[in-house]
Amino acid sequence: MKKVIMGTEAAALAGVLARVQVVAAYPITPQTVIVEQLSDYIGRGELDAEFLSVESEHSAMAACVGASATGSRALTATSSQGLALMHEMLHHAAGGRLPIVMFNANRALSPPWNLYCDHTDSLSQRDTGWVQYYCADAQDVLDATLIAYKTAEQVMLPVMLNLDGFYLTHTSEIVDVPDLSDVDAFLPPYRPAEMVDPDRPSTYGAVCGADLYTPLKFRRQRDMLGVTEVWSEVSTEFAARFGREHPPVEAYLSADAQVVIIAIGTAAGAARMAADTLRAEGMAVGSLRLSLMRPFPTATVLKALSTAKHIVVLDRDISFGTEGIVAQEVKACLYGNSSAAVHGLVTGIGGVDVTAEKLAEAVRILTDSTGTPRLLGQSFWAEAPL
Amino acid sequence: MIKSVFQQDLLAPGHMGCPGCGASLAMRLVLEALGPKTLVVMPAGCWSTFVGLYPSSTLRVPVMSVPFATTAATASGVRASLTRQGKEGYTVLAWAGDGGTFDIGLQALSGAAEKNTDILYICYDNEAYMNTGIQRSSATPPGCLTTTTPVSCLKKEPKKNIIEIMAAHRIPYVASASIGHPQDLMNKVRQAGKIKGTRFIHLLASCPTGWQHETQLTLEVARQGVQARVHPLFEVHGGLRWVLNPMPEKKPVDDYLNMQGRFKAMGIELRREFQQVVNDEWERLLRKCSEQC
Repeated sequence: MKKVIMGTEAAALAGVLARVQVVAAYPITPQTVIVEQLSDYIGRGELDAEFLSVESEHSAMAACVGASATGSRALTATSSQGLALMHEMLHHAAGGRLPIVMFNANRALSPPWNLYCDHTDSLSQRDTGWVQYYCADAQDVLDATLIAYKTAEQVMLPVMLNLDGFYLTHTSEIVDVPDLSDVDAFLPPYRPAEMVDPDRPSTYGAVCGADLYTPLKFRRQRDMLGVTEVWSEVSTEFAARFGREHPPVEAYLSADAQVVIIAIGTAAGAARMAADTLRAEGMAVGSLRLSLMRPFPTATVLKALSTAKHIVVLDRDISFGTEGIVAQEVKACLYGNSSAAVHGLVTGIGGVDVTAEKLAEAVRILTDSTGTPRLLGQSFWAEAPL
Repeated sequence: MIKSVFQQDLLAPGHMGCPGCGASLAMRLVLEALGPKTLVVMPAGCWSTFVGLYPSSTLRVPVMSVPFATTAATASGVRASLTRQGKEGYTVLAWAGDGGTFDIGLQALSGAAEKNTDILYICYDNEAYMNTGIQRSSATPPGCLTTTTPVSCLKKEPKKNIIEIMAAHRIPYVASASIGHPQDLMNKVRQAGKIKGTRFIHLLASCPTGWQHETQLTLEVARQGVQARVHPLFEVHGGLRWVLNPMPEKKPVDDYLNMQGRFKAMGIELRREFQQVVNDEWERLLRKCSEQC
């Protein structure tokens, strides 16, 4: 059934379709609609789940840990400051190998207070061990949630689904909502092989020495690295059932591209439009949308960039003292594998619109060997103050 | 013939607590009263080390060892999960020290209590951060030596009144207990075990290492604390009905203070003030209990 809904509504609906069992909720703009709608679905009996109104995001993730460790499918949603407050628990959930799924509405961090889109919140959590997926549109939010649970429960790692604040959380789009019975056939109930069971005493999160700590971390890294492949398999299965693909990397006109624009989130749309514009001017430009940032889909990215001479990496974030985080990731991926020039482009932070025109102009400036773009560190700031 | 009260034996031999540890006895008594259908959620603290190095465990019930601030929140998630799975008849025991309860865990505890979440929360209170080496908490009594309240700056502030805080949530059951009165403690735990909703027991557990007393005096120190009215035994039903439990004859606080090295830096004046605070609190407690009768 097709519906016109916002990204947040697609997220809540996905929770219903995934038959989540425990929802922990704490409000924060621009995520709040997700937990509001989930409370109503549960209140009206359309979702058979426990709704926990907790007193902080730190507690929201703690409640999800308690629920997931004892064998329930858990969901929560947050944004920005809330995600930052959760930081300790993000490490804990991943270390506990708990397949929790969380929505994060990407929003700028304070100070100064700013409610609008910015990726520094989630990207600065990239070392916590969560799978990170950046959604492109409302349909992607709904579908990726179902793929996320199936993937998470297969690899026993948590997944963070990121929605660009307002651009995606509060934009209404047509979304094809699958039937519950079809989703049931795709996503079976959560039945973990190991869990905290009151009838089978065991310990969770016990103390261990260095002899066991390293092997546990090694296994987690091994399993995390395997997520790209598992996600691909699960999304292929999803596509076979529902006809929509949600791969770890989405390539556009990249096969012969001399210049590739890389973006995450909704700005990938502007990157595709910029590629079209520049193609019309005679430049061989393509684009890549990185859906998965963790694990970083290295092999796919390298393949898609094999013909590129210039790579322009869009960063809606900044790692102070170095450069944009996505640019760092792309450079690390390319090291020793490519001689392409990587140009960091910091744009759209704190809610500035990223338009195709702006991206096209940035590409012209950055790839023009005759000019010298004014850089701050290694990055070109599209909206730099004069 | 002396008959052991321990039939369940849910605390296996070989835990990693200090000799004479009051907190380990506290757990043994509580689990004896609750039985095996118990799932323990505990944060960082002495007890998370007692459980032992993985894969060993000194407890014969499931244990979740969780971040410091999250005991009550994680326990809420566990309860929701058990409910959703139709698993009934289990006690979710949130078990934290005074640091994990009075300080870093208070927000989550209040959040759980406000919703009357079905958990039994027991704070084993040894009046300082003992696991990290005896630092001041908001449960540390005034005049007490800790490594962050040395002789040069003894703690001045009174101990936080956790019972009044929890009673103010109007939860069904709040009680104070002491390992020095094991039968009273076990009765309270059994009573709490039968109630649905948030139940809170403030359990004084003496600590030879931090309190600086002889290891064989753990129970005696705890009993002296009750007798001196430093740790009176009482219950609060529904947050409003205060009930005093049978108490031994009142004694001056000096007997209690003198047993412990941690109070040795208190001069006469501080001791007089300590006694005055105890007297005032005791009178206040008696009034609250008599008002309800």
